[in-house]
Formats: sequence, structure tokens, C-alpha cells
Amino acid sequence: MTQTNDGKCGCCCGIDLTRVKEIISECGTKENCLIPILQKVQDEYRYLPEEAMALIAEKLGISPATVFGVATFYAQFSLDPKGKYIIKVCNGTACHVRGNKTIIDAIRNRIGLEAQSGTTSDMMYTLETVSCLGACSLAPAVIINDKVYGTMNPTKMVAAIDELE
Amino acid sequence: MSNNFITVDGIQVPLEGEKNLLEVIRKSGIELPTFCYHSNLSVYGACRMCICEVEGRGLLPTCSTPPEPGMSIKVNTEKTIKIRKTALELLLSVHNGNCQTCTMSTNCRLQELAENLGVDGFRFPNTKPVVPVDESSFSLVRDPNKCILCGDCVRMCKEIQGIGVLDFVGRGSTVRVAPAFNKDLMDVECVYCGQCSTCCPTGALTVKSDVQNVFDAIHDPSKTVIVHVAPAVRASVGEAFGEENSEMALNKAIAAMRRIGFDKVYDTCFTADLTTVEEATEFLTRVEKGGVLPQFTSCCPAWVKFCEQFYPEFIPNLSTCKSPMGMFGALARNYLPKELGVENKDLVVVTVMPCTAKKFEVNRPEMTTDGFKDNDYVLTTQELVKMIKMTGVNFKALAPESCDMPFGFKSGAGVIYGTTGGVAEAVLRMATHAGSPDAATKSVEFKEVRGFEGVKELVLPYKDTFVKLAVVNGLANTRALLEKIKSGEADYNIVEVMSCPGGCVGGAGQLLPNDMDTRFKRMKEIYNNDSSQVVHNAEDNPYIKELYANYLGEVNGHMAHKLLHTTYDKREKLTGKVCK
Repeated sequence: MTQTNDGKCGCCCGIDLTRVKEIISECGTKENCLIPILQKVQDEYRYLPEEAMALIAEKLGISPATVFGVATFYAQFSLDPKGKYIIKVCNGTACHVRGNKTIIDAIRNRIGLEAQSGTTSDMMYTLETVSCLGACSLAPAVIINDKVYGTMNPTKMVAAIDELE
Repeated sequence: MSNNFITVDGIQVPLEGEKNLLEVIRKSGIELPTFCYHSNLSVYGACRMCICEVEGRGLLPTCSTPPEPGMSIKVNTEKTIKIRKTALELLLSVHNGNCQTCTMSTNCRLQELAENLGVDGFRFPNTKPVVPVDESSFSLVRDPNKCILCGDCVRMCKEIQGIGVLDFVGRGSTVRVAPAFNKDLMDVECVYCGQCSTCCPTGALTVKSDVQNVFDAIHDPSKTVIVHVAPAVRASVGEAFGEENSEMALNKAIAAMRRIGFDKVYDTCFTADLTTVEEATEFLTRVEKGGVLPQFTSCCPAWVKFCEQFYPEFIPNLSTCKSPMGMFGALARNYLPKELGVENKDLVVVTVMPCTAKKFEVNRPEMTTDGFKDNDYVLTTQELVKMIKMTGVNFKALAPESCDMPFGFKSGAGVIYGTTGGVAEAVLRMATHAGSPDAATKSVEFKEVRGFEGVKELVLPYKDTFVKLAVVNGLANTRALLEKIKSGEADYNIVEVMSCPGGCVGGAGQLLPNDMDTRFKRMKEIYNNDSSQVVHNAEDNPYIKELYANYLGEVNGHMAHKLLHTTYDKREKLTGKVCK
């Protein structure tokens, strides 16, 4: 991969890789630093850009295929850009039984997403369903970024999203 | 009697340093099946074929269980047989088993074990979605629909070749083997050595075929189709027909190629001799004139791409000599048209190589003359055998024939190019023989550079100093050596590099099985072949002398440089593409 002097990737994507380099120098270049680096890069960019993974591979002296393998193994890593707010709706048994479907529909309607999950075109919201959040007593439960919203219903859910903006 | 033994099915088997139970069981006389176990790769333990019952410990994969004295193993019980068979039936359920049309049919380990284990039907239907086949590269075809996830290719590329083009992607039921970012092989750092295909137990990684292209040329009446055969091919082609002697195998292959319809058959060993003369002279000039050292050999196209891509700082160290194949192509385009009375547009140059990376090399833009590719098509040994079978030519019954002249005469030094250490030995013979009256016919052997050791070294007195030589095979070994040279830990004047373990005898185009034992036999056959030649020193090949006298002029001279030398380009690490 070629890079220009301003730290941007030389290809068409124009992603600024400066933060990736900083993260690598913070975490170190040993092979076992890979997962912490990927986590921090994902925190920074909200996903793992291909160019970032290639740079990580080069700095750590491992093959890009290995980095890609690790990144695709763990559900926590995303290869697609995510929205500013990541809404995770619990699909565990308790939440399912207590009607998470109506919550999902309310969210989709509110954020303007046709698909059952994914990211809105304005890159504001990403909707995901996840396996049990471990908050069954609060079913149906939702997490937006790091905040847990319990005993949701469609009205409360829409209000919670309204509050984000 | 000592207690250092294991009981296998009631038979006591002594322990002699085996690393795992599987090796002990195989030593005891049972060929326990495996897909993912290769003695030269790390243990993975995924295929579950080698499961046995170990007394007191239950069912264990024997490949990943270290032997302990006193263990008692039962290999074939009702339970283990059932487990192996079920595991294989499950593998078949994720495998696109169109055996009749698969290149690997009759060479496929999955096919073989399905038969051996008595699988007589498809118990579980294949529900995997069909994904596209990657035919992007010149060298290899990757069909993920046939992959059984044994990981042999992943470990081969990473551990033996030090690259890691392939890895597992995703997990669980959707896991698959793929290059980084799901790209095609043409768009990643693959050097096309094809070693992955030598250990793939199915048709998931195979050699890309040029058989149809060559048949089309042969069947075009306006074309003159010539072919030249690489050194290592003669050590493998006979394996398909029970012919062990490499010279006899070559001579029968020559007859077969004429029957198939090639107009002229030449020997790439001739241009291997030419390479020796040019490269040894280049080296001595670098030594005398203080040029860039160490000089690296440049015959191996996978190594050249590896260097351009991962170690561009060593590009000035690469010999500027084309490979023997490249030199032959240039001579074919410049010398042969007049000799054969044919125009370049009607001349098709085919070559038979042990190598998949050669298919990449012929497509390098430098390897052209007046807009024509110097070599049009590379057939691997596998493809030559395929053509012999397709045309029904009875190899065994053929009377041996010899190559066409003048590019059909070789010295033994040209033949040994087929194995690791061969190029170095050819150069050494020339450097040390020069001026000796019986140089041409006297066979001098440099045992120090022979054999399959990863790195071999030799120090030779030269004038009032020494020449330090290294021979390396396998790209992981090469990477380690280059790092040592960079750090100053190692210091050489000349280094021979071959990408494939064992050199070209183990090229990915050679016949299957292509394991290290088979490669070793081929290497021995290459040295036997050298012994049977009349001339052992490249420089003393009379046709080489004639070519310089009548056509090329000076060694390393203007004409030689124009035809026989080349340039290299820095490549992007990630994509393998030439940097702009």
C-alpha cells in the first residue's frame, strides 16, 4: 500500500491512517497486540477499514490474510462502516417472548431503515439484533452504544432515540 | 527389554523419537488415513480421520497426541471405524464432488479415502451455497466449493513459504479459506509457487491448464509449434508411466510430443547452460569491479516476485540474467525464425515446466520480442501427461527419440538446474574448471551444495581471497536468510534461491504425489542423469560455444544483454502489482 505524506492512504479511499499508526505505537507490534489494536481501531473508525488492516499487518509482520481472518472470526468486529449510534436489540428468549419484534419495527420506522438490520444512509444509526444481553429481567432490552435501555415498548424506544439527537 | 514401547492392536511397537501417535501407528504397518497431517507442517488436528481408542483415555486424534511409553492403542474398532466414516461423509456434504470433470480425479485424497473407508453413498446432502471459482491468476485455480477446510494450504503458505496468502475467514458453519479481504489470487501477494496445490487433498487448489490453448495452436495449420522441456520435468514425467530413468523418460516424452503434433522439441537445459555462462560471468564481473553483492540467482520466478514485493532493496542484487526459460524464449523469437524459415507471427513457443509460477513469468511484459510473448504457453508436467493421455499416445511402447538441434544438446550442469543447489553447482563447475584440459568431460561434484537442507553454505578460495556461497530453498528459509544478510549476521558473495522445498523437482507443476520423499527420489535421479551426460560443464557445451561464436558474440556482450538479460520492478506488498 502506498501512502502519501499527509498520512492518507494513497488509494482512492482517502482514509486518514494517522490514528491507526498512533494506536499501533501505543499497543506495540507483537503478534498478540493484534486484537487490542483492532478493537481500538474499530472504536476510532467505527469499523475496520481494509487499508487499516493492511497497515496493521505490515507493522506487525503478519500477513493481511491473518488479520482479515481474526477480524472476521469475532462478531465484535465490523468490516462495514457503522452509524454514529449502534442500536443492539436483544433477541434472547425473554426479549423475544416479550415482543422485541415490535421494538425492532418501531426503531426501523423511526430511523428510516427498510432492512431488518444495517446502517442508515446518513450514517447516523446502525440496527443490529444480538443474542442474549444478559439482562433478561429488563426484557425487552436494547443497548444504544454503551447505554442499556430496559423494559422497552415502542413509544419509550422512539422517545429514547429522539433524546439522542 | 526396555519399557519404551507402545502397544498397537496388541503388537509392541518401540518408540524411536516419534513426535505423535500417528507416526508410531504408521510405523507399525497401518496406513492410518489423514487429510490435515503433513510431517513438514505444524499439527492441526482438524480432519479427525486419525482418531483411535487409547486405553484409559478414550478416543483421541493420534496426530496431536504425543506418545508415552506403555500406551495401548486400538486402531480399528467398531467405534473408530464408524467415526472415521461419518467424519468423511460429513466432509463429502460440504464438497462439490463432480469427480468426473475434476482435474484432481484419481489424484484426489478425498476420493481415495471415500473409497478406502467404504463410503458408498451421500448420506448428508450438500446444502452449501455455490460460490465463484477464482481463475484470476495465470497459475492456479481456487475452487472453494471443493475445499474441506483441512488448512494444509494455509499452513504450507505460512510456514514453509513464509507468506500467508490464505487464511481462514469467518467461523462456524460459514468458515472458508480465502486470501485477504476475499480478493482474487491475482490481486494479492501470491507468488504463484503453487505449493498450496501440492498438499491440497481435493481439487480446491489446482494448476491452471493451458492444454486447450496448446491443442488449438497445434491444430492451426498456419502455426509452427515448438516446445522446450525444463530440467526437472524429466525426473517426474516418467512417474505416470512407470519409467524411472529420467533420460529414458525424457526421450520417450520427446517421442510423445512429436506424436501429439509439436513441430520441434528442444531442451531447456541448453539455455540453462547459457544461463550458467552468463550468470557466472556476471558474478565474476561484479566481484572484479566491485558490483553489488551478494548476487542472487534469478531463475526462479516465484523468488523474483517475492524479492520485488517483499525485499525491493535487494533488486540490485538479483542477477540480471533471464531464467533458462526466458533465455530460450528470447532465442526462439530472435534466432529460430530464420533457422526454421517461419515468421514470428506463425511461431508458437510452448514450454514444459515443473512450475506454476512460470505461467506468471511468461506474462511479464519484459518477456516479449517485437510484441510477441517470448514463450506463449507454459505446460506443467501434469499438463504434458494430460495431453499424452488425451491423445492416447502409448508412452510405454514409444521408442525413445532425441531433441532437435541446435537447442537440444545439454551438459550435466544444465540438468542439475532441476534441484536445489544445481545452479550453484553449475556456476562452481564453470568457475573452478576454467582452463583445465579435461574440464569438459571430467565430472566434479560439489556435495556441499547438494541435498534438501534449508540453507547450505560453501566457502571456496578465489584468487587471493574467498568466495562465500549459500544455497537456500523454501521461501520461509529465504526470508530468514535475507533478514540475516540485512542485519549483517550473514555475509555471502553469491546466493542461489529456489522457492520450492527441494528446488524445481518439487515444483507445483510436477506430478502428484509431490511429497518430500518423492522429491528426494527425483533429486537423486537428476544427479544420476548428470552422471550419464558426456559434458558436465556448461561452458564446454559445444553448441553453446557455437552460439556465441556465430550469433551472440561476447559473453555478457551487447547482443547477450539485449536477449538474455532483463530488469525488475518494485511491487506493492499488498497487491503484488508493479509500483507506479
